[in-house]
Amino acid sequence: MFVIECPYCGRRDQSEFSYGGEAHIARPTDSAELSDAEWAEYVFMRTNTKGVFAERWVHTAGCRKWFNAIRNTASDEILAVYKAGARRPKVENQRLGTPSGEPAIGSGNDAAKVVRPNARSGK
Amino acid sequence: MTKYSLGSLVREGLFGHKRWSPAWRDAAPKAAYDAVVIGGGGHGCATAYYLAKKHGLSNIAIVEKGWIGGGNAGRNTTIIRSNYLYDESAAIYDHAMQLWKGLGRELNFNIMMSHRGVLNLAHDDGEVRQLKRRVEANRLNGVDAEWLDAAQVKEVCPIINISADIRYPVLGATLQRSGGVNRHDAVVWGYARKADEMGVDIIQNCEVTGIKTEGGAVVGIETTRGEIRTPKVASVAAGHTSVIAKMVDLRLPIESHPLQALVSEPIKPVNPCVIMSNAVHAYCSQSDKGELVIGAGIDHQISYTQRGGFDVIEETIGAIVEMFPIFSRLRLMRQWGGIVDVCPDASPIISKTPVKGFYVNGGWGTGGWKATPGSGHVFADLIANDEPNVIAAPFAIERFCSGKLVAEHGAAAVAH
Repeated sequence: MFVIECPYCGRRDQSEFSYGGEAHIARPTDSAELSDAEWAEYVFMRTNTKGVFAERWVHTAGCRKWFNAIRNTASDEILAVYKAGARRPKVENQRLGTPSGEPAIGSGNDAAKVVRPNARSGK
Repeated sequence: MTKYSLGSLVREGLFGHKRWSPAWRDAAPKAAYDAVVIGGGGHGCATAYYLAKKHGLSNIAIVEKGWIGGGNAGRNTTIIRSNYLYDESAAIYDHAMQLWKGLGRELNFNIMMSHRGVLNLAHDDGEVRQLKRRVEANRLNGVDAEWLDAAQVKEVCPIINISADIRYPVLGATLQRSGGVNRHDAVVWGYARKADEMGVDIIQNCEVTGIKTEGGAVVGIETTRGEIRTPKVASVAAGHTSVIAKMVDLRLPIESHPLQALVSEPIKPVNPCVIMSNAVHAYCSQSDKGELVIGAGIDHQISYTQRGGFDVIEETIGAIVEMFPIFSRLRLMRQWGGIVDVCPDASPIISKTPVKGFYVNGGWGTGGWKATPGSGHVFADLIANDEPNVIAAPFAIERFCSGKLVAEHGAAAVAH
């Protein structure tokens, strides 16, 4: 469970927010021209990143405004929040620890921790 | 290999159980295999088992980054049922159900299969209509299903609160009597032991870091224990399907979420069946040790951390306590999360891909366990023949382009 910093209201408990999934997916303007595969790409296909990921949240029980966040989905660490329409800020120094991306802290995946205890650089 | 039986148990008991041999070899990776299965969970071990048994492919390996059965196979609530709405789903889930029935004997491993019955509760008129429709659909597909009113529900499960005064009253339920629970570790170990016996290499502590292709076809994988050449790679890495697919630049319609489960302190037998409720979102069974096994809803954010929020647990426990007031003072012993790969239509992907020799079995969402034998069975068919059989065909990735989705949100039981 997160504490999320709404860009308008400040730090609040996650239960005040609703999740909006992957950010920066623009609806195609020429939808009548698209092939089925291109339309499927817009409607269904997702990057589902393990690691640094831009996503949308809405402060449902607060200001009800949408905004974006950048979070490391391997550790749940929220790295940046920014208003909808703003450019995605650069986030650095988020190298994943192992090939499958288990961070030193914040992962319940003990299997990977046991396997490669020294191979992780943390974040 | 020792045949497990009452006789062998007694005989080995005389020697203090010190002479049992390991159930499978600790295999080191060879330079090349005919096929490699990524992921040593239930579906992965089942896939390898049926590849060897049905298709005679024994020069194959299961590659697992941790230990076998340590991912979602060890984190689910082990509920078995096949009462899905559509023909395509009924076909694959009931195929699994039929395999479950004889699996313990087939594997010579006690999987503790208990067909104790599964109740799916309805709490409002809309749900009543929807579940009754599902009962009829199930019957047309030969899946056993019946409709119970509230009083009949109370007969099956005496501890349930059917008062009309609660926030979400129980109006009735569907019952699949052949549904039930089993033992997750035993299923994985049973499949692994038999697969190993047929020559399958089970390579644990070996993480896949890349998939090598040449001219659009798979030629091998890179792992933390070296490279392995193989013309066929089968991804059964639930929770990491997108991560594996990314290694061949394949985009999938999957999003990964934490799903939590909880176990209470052990009590005497009080809950004789499995109870699931979509509307209040809770499901509950009692293990043979006496613990209540409770499943929660998914956390809505995408995450790979194998843990979820307390707010989700609070909601689930609230619903459980309202349905079963007798549980209100039970203490919970353990709580954990697993990562579920959810497809937009709440149905799995069992498919060839544009990369020749790369096959995907994933996206089972919140309910993959029940399908384990059926999933492995049809996926092995697909890998061996390079063509999906009639059960697997509807679950190809192409359905997201053609629009022929198998929308099972109603039957998937966990709200997503």
